[in-house]
Amino acid sequence: MLLIHCPYCEEERPELEFRNAGEAHIARSTNIAAESDEDFEKFFFIRSNPKGVIFERWRHIHGCARFFNAARDTITDRFLLTYKAGEPKPDLEKLKADGGPAAWANRPPDQLNEKPKAKRSTKGEA
Amino acid sequence: MAKVAIATRQPAHAGKSLGGHGVSLKVLEPASRMSLRARPAAVAALSKAIGVTLPEKPKSSAVKAGRTVLWLGPDEWLVIDEAGGDPIGDCASVKGLHSAVDVSHRNVGIAVIGPNAADTINAGCPQDLSLAAFPVGAASRTVLGKVEMVLLRTGEDAFRLECWRSFSDYVWGFLSEAARDG
Ligand SMILES: [Zn+2]
Repeated sequence: MLLIHCPYCEEERPELEFRNAGEAHIARSTNIAAESDEDFEKFFFIRSNPKGVIFERWRHIHGCARFFNAARDTITDRFLLTYKAGEPKPDLEKLKADGGPAAWANRPPDQLNEKPKAKRSTKGEA
Repeated sequence: MAKVAIATRQPAHAGKSLGGHGVSLKVLEPASRMSLRARPAAVAALSKAIGVTLPEKPKSSAVKAGRTVLWLGPDEWLVIDEAGGDPIGDCASVKGLHSAVDVSHRNVGIAVIGPNAADTINAGCPQDLSLAAFPVGAASRTVLGKVEMVLLRTGEDAFRLECWRSFSDYVWGFLSEAARDG
């Protein structure tokens, strides 16, 4: 079972409490009636469906009930990061560089609630 | 003169109890329940009106004089009053924007008590119910098998489980089987 970190509950919770809610950061037009059919089609139907990191909306439906966003790798199913709705899209390059066991699934139970360590600066190191 | 007909409300599974291996199940007495939604601006006034400080920490609860307030989400609480009070009435005077809905008869409360209580619930609940992860006073909406429930740890070996009335047949059956497996 996947453990997913809910940014509102501030801890990892079992995937059975969550529901996927489609791709994230798809902005709805402020004047949708004026959209061309082509632009509406893009907004409404076309999704990136990447092989690799995708930004998704998730809902902690059987928990705090909040929607939030997640960066997930579609190959490994690893959650790289979750963040509150409304927060900016994180830098994909930085996520890739950080890597690491973001899902924390293999950590010992007593370390499950530890926050990931900040990436150490490599400046000045050999 | 016309006779006055008085309808008696029959709570689902009223009075049921079951003793298993190291765990006992008991359907709890009816209680007043309130679903409360509010933004931070109204939290202080609502706490004062209810008489219990609304918990703001995830997975936590607060209890005072027979009234328990469970954190369900950043702006959502479940208030359970077992002292015959009227939480909805208490909120009526609060000016700040909030939603207080009486859900007293929507839920059935079940006490799960005994050294195998956590194991019995874990038969259908995927959350970590160790004392470290889910200490006394911890409260959470979560799942039991195929249904949603709200779980409150009332003691080291004791839980209060709240499920929707229409799910209570399933929940009672599920817990009974799990208790026997203990
Ligand atoms: Zn949550």
